[in-house]
Amino acid sequence: MAAAKEIRTQIGSIKNTQKITSAMEMVAASKMRKAQDLMKASQPYAKQIRNVVAHIADANPEYKHDYMVERTEVKRVGYIVVSTDRGLCGGLNHNLFKAVLKDAAAWRDQGAELEFCALGSKASSFFNKYGGKLVAAKSGLGEAPTVEDLIGSVKVMLEAYDEGRLDRLIVVHNEFVNTMTQQPVLRQLLPLSPDMGADEQDDENARPGSWDYLYEPDAKALLDNLLVRFVESQVYQAVVENGACEQAARMIAMKSATDNAGDLIDDLEMVYNKARQAAITQEISEIVGGAAAV
Amino acid sequence: MANSFTCNIVSAEASIFSGSVEQVIASGLMGDLGVLPGHAPLLTELQPGPIRVIYDGGKEDNFFVSGGFMEVQPNVVTILADSAARAADLDEAAAQEARQQALRAFNDKSSELDYTRAAAELAEAVAQLRTIQQLRKKAGKG
Repeated sequence: MAAAKEIRTQIGSIKNTQKITSAMEMVAASKMRKAQDLMKASQPYAKQIRNVVAHIADANPEYKHDYMVERTEVKRVGYIVVSTDRGLCGGLNHNLFKAVLKDAAAWRDQGAELEFCALGSKASSFFNKYGGKLVAAKSGLGEAPTVEDLIGSVKVMLEAYDEGRLDRLIVVHNEFVNTMTQQPVLRQLLPLSPDMGADEQDDENARPGSWDYLYEPDAKALLDNLLVRFVESQVYQAVVENGACEQAARMIAMKSATDNAGDLIDDLEMVYNKARQAAITQEISEIVGGAAAV
Repeated sequence: MANSFTCNIVSAEASIFSGSVEQVIASGLMGDLGVLPGHAPLLTELQPGPIRVIYDGGKEDNFFVSGGFMEVQPNVVTILADSAARAADLDEAAAQEARQQALRAFNDKSSELDYTRAAAELAEAVAQLRTIQQLRKKAGKG
């Protein structure tokens, strides 16, 4: 019966694991709803500011902000990589890092140097291992990140851009397609690319090239503030969207872990029953054999 | 419908208002400004203060923003507010309290609170009060 007892303990420990994973699944499901609400709530602002900035890029402004000018030579590329703080969310972070490395390799082949800003502890530990140049990191954003949490790290990257240490700034995060699907996206923040708002642009207002805004107080001060706000809001949107992705991915990962534990238990129970049956049969035949010998 | 246009007010946390209006009155950095349909493209920074939107037929609504940006296009106005609230939601007592606190921090320069932040808080509290008082006055008249 020794084998049967071992199997029974194994089944017990798998059952415990299953309880944990199914609890985590339920927690992730309820957190996902909250994270999705947060994502939806911040979408209008991100979308409107993208529209406004697309209009500015369309216009023919008297003052060209530094962020609007495409630099001829791209010597350094900065990435803001948005990851999760915790693991156990399937291949979410892994896929994201793969996408970053692929894009980064393309830039490196063109002779560009790379700098990274890691949001979320998974990204910073990844770049520590991988050996990328990490210039800013922020983790512990929690479930309800605020714009204030991000200002610091965004500022580091913007200052680098202002000083010419970076010629391009890209934000990388997971896009929430639906609960089952999340896919990594890379989006160029700086310099502003004209196709940025193309899909959202209402055509009535598209009159490229020939007009300019009236600015109050003046173009420089206004655009300085507005474009910084724009970058911050895009990064914030990336972070909350990634948060929703994290919970969805964790829910799916935990659901499949629970299912797998169930399969494992079924298999082990079959083995256990066979072992038990074999032991009983053996005992009976021993008794019968013993009785016959008497 | 030529004399109306679309107005969107969004804050970082939510979409506050979106609809067709006849006029928008906002407090820009250089002073209050009213926007009618067909206005030339304009970009301005906003001061903390009230935003009045006037619908077709003269009905109006008040919102409060604590700073932000306004983009005017001939047929759409977009207000990117740092944080916005319907003016009726504003609590005068809370605003007064905030102003007192800001003033205290303002006068007490030795305190840890840095000066610029206190000044910003004070401006915001004063603007909230301005919105409330404007509402009051109108309620008294009507």
